[in-house]
Amino acid sequence: MLLSDMKKGAAGRIAAISADDPLIEAKLREIGFAESDSVELAHIGPLGGTPVCVRLNRTLIALRLDEAKAISVTVEP
Amino acid sequence: MTAAATRIALVGAPNCGKSTLFNGLTGGRAKVANYPGATVETRHGRFETPGGHSVDLIDLPGFYGMSPRSLDEKIALETVLGKDGAAPELILALVDAANVRTHLQSVLQLRAIGAPMIVVLNMYDLALRDGFEIDLEKLEKELALPVVTANATRKAGREALLAKLDGVLAGLKDIKPAPAGAYPAPEDIRAHQGEARRIADAAILYEPLFNRATRIIDRFALHPLFGPAILAALLFFMFQAVFTWATAPVDFLDASAGALGEFLGARLPEGWLRDLLVDGVIAGVGSVVVFLPQIVILFTFILLLEASGYMARAAFLMDEIMHRFGLNGRAFIPLLSSFACAIPGIMASRVIENDRDRLTTILIAPLMTCSARLPVYTLIIAAFIPKETVGPFNLQGLVLFALYIAGIFSAVLIAFLFKRTIAKARSQPLIMELPTYKLPNAKDFFISLWMRASAFLKRAGTVILATSVILWFLAAYPASATSLRESFAGRIGSLLEPLLAPIGFNLEIAIALVPGMAAREVAVSALGTVYAVHGGPEDAQGLAETLQSAWSLPTALAFLAWYVFAPQCFATLATIRRETGSWKWAGFALGYLFALAYLGAGLVYWGARAAGL
Repeated sequence: MLLSDMKKGAAGRIAAISADDPLIEAKLREIGFAESDSVELAHIGPLGGTPVCVRLNRTLIALRLDEAKAISVTVEP
Repeated sequence: MTAAATRIALVGAPNCGKSTLFNGLTGGRAKVANYPGATVETRHGRFETPGGHSVDLIDLPGFYGMSPRSLDEKIALETVLGKDGAAPELILALVDAANVRTHLQSVLQLRAIGAPMIVVLNMYDLALRDGFEIDLEKLEKELALPVVTANATRKAGREALLAKLDGVLAGLKDIKPAPAGAYPAPEDIRAHQGEARRIADAAILYEPLFNRATRIIDRFALHPLFGPAILAALLFFMFQAVFTWATAPVDFLDASAGALGEFLGARLPEGWLRDLLVDGVIAGVGSVVVFLPQIVILFTFILLLEASGYMARAAFLMDEIMHRFGLNGRAFIPLLSSFACAIPGIMASRVIENDRDRLTTILIAPLMTCSARLPVYTLIIAAFIPKETVGPFNLQGLVLFALYIAGIFSAVLIAFLFKRTIAKARSQPLIMELPTYKLPNAKDFFISLWMRASAFLKRAGTVILATSVILWFLAAYPASATSLRESFAGRIGSLLEPLLAPIGFNLEIAIALVPGMAAREVAVSALGTVYAVHGGPEDAQGLAETLQSAWSLPTALAFLAWYVFAPQCFATLATIRRETGSWKWAGFALGYLFALAYLGAGLVYWGARAAGL
């Protein structure tokens, strides 16, 4: 499932990171997204559910739904 | 001991304590903040190590890695890579001890280009308190780089770092400076990420869960309903506080300026010198300095919101609404800074990654109500808006709030227009870390506050003093003038008066707007001087009383509306030129803002007249 499709409170492990724009992928990796890391969709923006805020390891990262599409997650039940 | 200072660059991710370490080591003058992109300029500071090495320390904007997107990240990387002059001889790579796994990536990228480096695990005490266990020897061995722990806020927490620095500096002559490197390829980033995780897994023996306090606070601060409500309440409280808390100190400064004027007026012999000092210098500078308390209160709020980590949350909450109007959530930070002063705001727009988003932000930053407008607003509000309460609120505070809202509302509309005309671009990404909440560091806070307050006083002592004296001269001479209209100032103002009369401005306003081009608050001192020269009292309270009888209410309201828009600040225009690289955009800002000011003031004047005010 894409990170952009996750519901608030859902958690899982990152399966893949790939964006059309290589700079976006680089940026996501440099700020800490990596395969097999656990992520939790912690907060959603007040308007239209974007941006989303994910808990990644020990950080909180805000990103728009467009960027969240670059990350696919294996959701844990 | 080395004769020349060694150039050392401080690098690291945002919020890992670079600026705090810089302030600690150098006794510092750098801005410290807790959101990505606070240090938008590189700052230099000198200090000497215990071992007698002299160091030229460079504080750089934060970056997560070597794939720069925004201008401030580019500035940082180009300094490190020596693309802009000599590369630093040594790099202090700051790593948040609680985020080693992520922050090691940029360390490995820098190591790959061969930069001589010391890795500093900062905020080590906080990481230990949270329960981290890190094997430092293992980390040092795996990285093949010197590693040291630090707590940048305390002197004792910097001692180990200084000792390590002395050791490395003693052997530095054997180390070659980094060759000018290139940006890494995507496959390198993946490789560095894997390696960073391998090293982190080997060296981190125990990693605690996510910060609990931050999680609890964010449950409210980032809640879809409570979050925006809390943000609105904070901003409203901030603006009410600016108006109400400052009353006592403002009255005190005002009375002092008045007393000083009377004291000198009574003791100096009659003549041009007394007139210059009392009517020019004290009336002019005094009427601006009295607003220092409000500026200090406003900056106190902004600095505390930045340093606590809340500002990035505000950007998160505001992102989508700003996005719909063609801006970026990150523009919230520069725009909020612009409420204090548009200049740091325009410079802070370097954190915005897209050129067109950045241009829009720069062009609308002057519409945010900067602190220099406060003297103008408070003077007119005090004179024309009754001191009443409406429900729990102070009516004067409400009018002030409405003026701020008018600025924001027009900025949003203008951004919307610009994005569809001159700054067309497809939508841009937002990827932003929300830092863990922190108690602001008192030393960093006071250094920043002092920088802001002293910059304001310096302006009062230079630009405003000079314009006050020049205006006094223009208003008082030639000696043959018997009325204001015959003075030099009157002649310049008379040329403008026919242009300004349709929007309700009288000759005195036309005269005050001439020196007011230098800086907005100068208009207050100019009015003070203009009215003082021709028989009015010289203190600000007295000026308010004079204006009450000299101006109609529609004129006063039109004057307020004018100041919502008017680009009367040379320094801002010069900053726009510098940041956009051309006079074209500075000229554009000047033109469109004056057009809006004229239109706004005219609409208010005729609206108020029609309403029978």
